[in-house]
Amino acid sequence: MRDQDRAGAHGRGTSSVSTAQIATAPRWEQVGLTEDEYRRIVELLGREPNDLELGLYGVMWSEHCSYKSSRVHLKRLPTEGARVLVGPGENAGVLDIGDGLAIAVREESHNHPSAIEPYQGAATGVGGILRDIFTMGARPIALLDSLRFGPLEPGPAPRGTLSPVAADGLDSPGTDEARAARNRYLVGGVVKGISDYGNCVGVPTVGGEIYFEECYNENPLVNVMCVGLIPKDKIVRGRAEGVGNPVFLVGAKTGRDGIHGASLLASQEFTAAAEEMRPAVQVGDPFMEKLLIEACLELMQGDAVAGVNDLGAAGLTSSCSETASRAGNGIEIDVALVPRREEGMTPYEVMLSESQERMLVIARQGREAEVEAVFEKWGLEAARIGRVTGDGRLRVLENDRVVADVPARTLADAAPAYDRPQRRPADLDELWAFDFATVPDVGAAGAMMDCVAPGAAVDCGAALRRVLASPNVASRAWAYRQYDHMVRTSTVLVPGAGDASVLRVRGTRKGVALATDGNGRFCRLDPFAGAAMAVAEAARNVACAGARPIGLTNCLNFASPERPEVMWQFRQVIEGMRAACLALDIPVTGGNVSFYNETMGRGVYPTPVIGMVGLLEDLEKRMTPGFKRAGDAVAVLGPLTADPATLAGSEYLRVVHGHVAGRPAIDLELEARLQRVLLAAIEAGLLASAHDCSEGGLAVTLAECCFAAADGARGAVLDLPAPAGPPGAGGSGGFGAAGGGSDWRCDALLFGEAPSRVVVSLPEEKLPALADLARGHGVPIERVGRVGGDRLVVTVNGRALVDESTADLESVWREALPCLMGARP
Amino acid sequence: MWQADIHVTLKKGVLDPQGGAVQRSLAALGYEGVAGVRVGKYLQVRVDAPDRDAAARQVDEMCRRLLANPVIEEYRFDLKEAAS
Repeated sequence: MRDQDRAGAHGRGTSSVSTAQIATAPRWEQVGLTEDEYRRIVELLGREPNDLELGLYGVMWSEHCSYKSSRVHLKRLPTEGARVLVGPGENAGVLDIGDGLAIAVREESHNHPSAIEPYQGAATGVGGILRDIFTMGARPIALLDSLRFGPLEPGPAPRGTLSPVAADGLDSPGTDEARAARNRYLVGGVVKGISDYGNCVGVPTVGGEIYFEECYNENPLVNVMCVGLIPKDKIVRGRAEGVGNPVFLVGAKTGRDGIHGASLLASQEFTAAAEEMRPAVQVGDPFMEKLLIEACLELMQGDAVAGVNDLGAAGLTSSCSETASRAGNGIEIDVALVPRREEGMTPYEVMLSESQERMLVIARQGREAEVEAVFEKWGLEAARIGRVTGDGRLRVLENDRVVADVPARTLADAAPAYDRPQRRPADLDELWAFDFATVPDVGAAGAMMDCVAPGAAVDCGAALRRVLASPNVASRAWAYRQYDHMVRTSTVLVPGAGDASVLRVRGTRKGVALATDGNGRFCRLDPFAGAAMAVAEAARNVACAGARPIGLTNCLNFASPERPEVMWQFRQVIEGMRAACLALDIPVTGGNVSFYNETMGRGVYPTPVIGMVGLLEDLEKRMTPGFKRAGDAVAVLGPLTADPATLAGSEYLRVVHGHVAGRPAIDLELEARLQRVLLAAIEAGLLASAHDCSEGGLAVTLAECCFAAADGARGAVLDLPAPAGPPGAGGSGGFGAAGGGSDWRCDALLFGEAPSRVVVSLPEEKLPALADLARGHGVPIERVGRVGGDRLVVTVNGRALVDESTADLESVWREALPCLMGARP
Repeated sequence: MWQADIHVTLKKGVLDPQGGAVQRSLAALGYEGVAGVRVGKYLQVRVDAPDRDAAARQVDEMCRRLLANPVIEEYRFDLKEAAS
């Protein structure tokens, strides 16, 4: 009954959830706090809080707003760097890109709202992240969306354990048709919500990810990232500076939207009673947001404002207490002055409303008329609701009556921080001990060959088609074609055109490269390695576009922190991110934690999503993945390996053999050297193309290089050198320094997902220079073939394993997602 | 044969950007007295069912599954007998 009780707590105040249950619950439970937390509030106040005050603490001390389970761990992330102008703690991080310009960046989750109402949930997620950026004074220039859903078609769960926190510990249910249909509905709604909001507001959606896995059944992840451009000297802080300064609430009117929506929903597990939460869903209005962007940016051109903060989760409560706390001041507001959309709203409802498209503006004294004039020009409400005070208190009035009066700092910064118990999941040893010999290797089409292990049953070409058709590998065009990625006309590398999206920085030669990355499956198998690999891959993606990674943001999506296994995963993920950030010298500019992504005891994989920002000093040197010219050499930069261990957590192992198992691994020093070589090679003009090797392994990477190729270069003939002796027969698994396993396999060579690898093509005569550069940095390099023809031909030790028409493979890759979504051609 | 006249409207309190836009346009045309606008939709569905109860059950299910979004909308319908 635990879940039901919790549902009662967060359903309160919104609709019809069991009032009898509530009347009997202790005060603290009614607002989702513990008895200890309540006692602490009494201690801080020196008295019992009244109901409104308790409500303010309840929402501000919720997991979503206070980060009470994650704060002690987040301190481990490196946040310092020469380019970091604003680090964690503000509305967005800000990175110096030279020329007097800076990039503001932030990523946030909107998982729980999107699970309830996918269209509005995703749309308001976009609206919220935009406000975080223009709050800083930055013009939003790009959006990215990292999405995770359950499978689109029914099927059994893979073998190996899937749900880390299931009550029974191990297996995860498969996906039935009703669940798959629900997933398709969620995907359709979320993508439409993102596109409608982004397209209407006029900010391009330039990239992101979509992945599908059983653990996201019922717990979809919707992470949204926004990037803005700002002159370095125009950064505005979310601070209530200047005692006596007037406080304005601007933008939309306040209604009963989302009371206890984002904050409490994201702080409790999902249950069937979530249905009762439905009236709390917020509706976004992108046209209003567009006006708000223009009005705020116009106002911030001058010096009439002292601070600006958006209204997100917990609405006026968080906005007022955070701005006051950051400046060490207080704020006094009168809820009677708040423009309302509905009648009869209580102070509690006004303070907690999560109505969208609103901002708090702290103007300078005597400049009120300027503020009012700008908002009137844009047709927006600008209500003066209070003033900054020097006593450090958040005082809420209703007309002349004080209805709440508490120290602002205690709301924003005094929530308890918990170092919750951690326990390593019991099944990890079993997963790591997975014996790859129990699954057959791939063989050549039709016939068995002597280079193939006994029992080989899978035609290699067929395996490649299966992997290309997997929704985790297939073309994402179905989704990104719904997004306007060209509005504002600064997008140079559009979605699908590069490993990262690239935007022009007008007035300079520079470009900004953006990528998101996260592999929940790797993190489930090894959260430390998986998180490090996510940072490494996001950085490798921007490096493949020719950009130097300069900073990252993140969304950390987890199940309930009250489960020791989840907390252990969380800590490991933080440590893995830390290790990778230090090795690659990339600071963290901020982030977001989303816990309680679980339903009825079944949670998501630990899923950190990294949002990477890269800087191209010269836009003309940008790099793309497609082959350019017939006759160019194709080389693999980084370790070429046939070690079976690299099949750990691979898409091939999942779709062809139905397993999720093994232990992924990364050598971060090698990764750092690889990225240095890659950037130096691009800078020196050696390369014609570069493509990161990731989901689906080398075979898929090579196929994608052909799909993206220029006319006349849509094929390649490649011979991958394998270790001497037949596969699976105890030879050396590696090649030269990159060795490892005790035996080798064709499928590991073709579909293994070892990190730190990039497929490049270049004119034959430039190969020696590249080889020198690589060797000089201790990075393996192997020439594997040449561009030409219109087929992808891959031989291993001279024996043909893949010989497929590029056009056929491409149609498999292109049609998979629209087909699964039931889209009409 | 039954004809269902179905009204789908946003739930009370849910923001209606379309209604707001209509209200502002009316004000621009000089209708200053308009205090509020909510936009919904009206559907006519003809159903072949043996009796009123069966038709009502079908229409209700259609509303829940497709015609309305029960997360943010509510619906009501009237049934009348129609010529086949």
